[in-house]
Amino acid sequence: MSAASASSSVKSRGIAVLFLLTMLVLAVLPYLLSNYYLGLVIEILIFAVFAMSLDLLIGYTGMASLGHAAYFGVGAYAVGLLAIKLHWSVWSALPAALIVVALVAALFGLLALRTRGSYFLMITLALSQVAWGIAFGWRSLTGGDDGLPNLPRPELGAGWSLAGDRPFYFFVLLLVGVGVLLLMQVATSPFGFALRGIRESETRMQALGYDVWRYKFAAFIIAAVFAGLAGTLYAYYNRFVSPDYLGVFRSAEVLLMVILGGAGTLVGPAIGAAVIVLLENVISAYTERWLIVVGTIYIMVALFAPNGIIGFVRDFRARRVKS
Amino acid sequence: MIALSVSDISRNFEGVQALAHVSFEVASGERRLIIGPNGAGKTTLFNILAGSYAASSGRVVLFGRDITRLPAYVRARLGLSRTFQITNLFYRLTVLENILLALQAGKGATSPVLRLLQRDRALLARADALLEQWELSDFAKHAAQDISYGQQRQLDILLAMAVAPKVLLLDEPTAGLSAVEVPRVKAVLRSLPRETTVLMIEHDMDVAFEFADRITVLHQGRLLAEGNVEAIRNNAQVTEIYLGSD
Repeated sequence: MSAASASSSVKSRGIAVLFLLTMLVLAVLPYLLSNYYLGLVIEILIFAVFAMSLDLLIGYTGMASLGHAAYFGVGAYAVGLLAIKLHWSVWSALPAALIVVALVAALFGLLALRTRGSYFLMITLALSQVAWGIAFGWRSLTGGDDGLPNLPRPELGAGWSLAGDRPFYFFVLLLVGVGVLLLMQVATSPFGFALRGIRESETRMQALGYDVWRYKFAAFIIAAVFAGLAGTLYAYYNRFVSPDYLGVFRSAEVLLMVILGGAGTLVGPAIGAAVIVLLENVISAYTERWLIVVGTIYIMVALFAPNGIIGFVRDFRARRVKS
Repeated sequence: MIALSVSDISRNFEGVQALAHVSFEVASGERRLIIGPNGAGKTTLFNILAGSYAASSGRVVLFGRDITRLPAYVRARLGLSRTFQITNLFYRLTVLENILLALQAGKGATSPVLRLLQRDRALLARADALLEQWELSDFAKHAAQDISYGQQRQLDILLAMAVAPKVLLLDEPTAGLSAVEVPRVKAVLRSLPRETTVLMIEHDMDVAFEFADRITVLHQGRLLAEGNVEAIRNNAQVTEIYLGSD
């Protein structure tokens, strides 16, 4: 085996160990934390998947979307409508919701992928606002700005209920764990590798024989489906869906999680999600002006840690090794 | 056998005629040099051949197949590979990763989606061998943006070569290189497999004349002359546009 392949397998083994340790710690948390803090962890887990899915677009493929909450929200609404109006169980509602998300993403992707750079950012924003407009305006279906209340926590059947906080936590942890594993697999696969190539140079990728458009389209749909998964979990967690779920603020917030944590690293955006969720809850206990804090963080990151928390730690360690 | 046939290619850029009625044929395995003063339309021709631009009119045929309307990536899969006048690499990826992406291209084209999810150890071995051969092994873990310009030019060619093309378009492979770096690229050119058809744009006449079987001369978007090295050297018209008439 060559030096290059040996070190890459050591690296992937390190990541696997880190993943298992994290899951282990997360698995004992319900026995250590109060329900309030357990709720925070659930939110962190959900937003971690959400942010990681966006990282597949921003960090890996180089496509900055400012409308990623659309897929989070469509997933939440789909599961909400199916469960409340049609009384579908989680077994059918959740997969069906993900299919709906994939279809919406395919439609939006056909439009958005005609553009690049800041135009892509604008059109993804516009498309997510269309979704928001429908959720807000179609009162008879979505309840408008009242949203969809009274979404029951999932019942797995055979007497297994996830109504309690602890069982629901494990439900979220399981799905998030599987989601993160799949995302990591996608990111490190030849497919994810090609996405990084596209980020660096589309023209070179085409010259090598890659059908760049098809890769971007696939990445767009995959990212949307995982955002949709986060959305369905968030809907079940809150037992409620509202137009805020697919609003521009949520899109900007998840973008901040990715940038704060470090785009292109997958782990970084998960850390970014944890930091933002914690800060939001801590700070909102003292002041309502949470947005000012978000803005300040944004500016600080842009000025002092353009590669996010992960990049900052990496640079710091590199500097220490040198001196 | 004709590898590449260009017939009556024209291209307008908003009123400027960059290429006008250019026709020529390149035999399989031939080394064809394309020369001409700045603005002759050489790079435009390459971009049309590779599929980066559409021709305003005319036809491009690769091994008997009309590729005029095919997108760039399909042409690449049919065996037409290119380098870039302005070095075009995956700058934030390592040298090794650059080559792996090129090697993976040939494979990913035909394999089903599921195989895309598995890493291929054989590719890594081939990449290592290529790095060894091109004396880039020591730089395998360096980001492409951190190696010297000469090495970047070399890597640019290596990427185009790694897909095992039938026809290779080299756009000024020695452009901007120092006197020390030129011999390295020359060695690379010499090592190209003989069965590969090569079209090369080059201003360094030492490099160019040593390499070429035949030469096509473009001038102001038109085909001015074509012939073997000797014929072009002695062509009065060619001498005139290069040395000036006054």
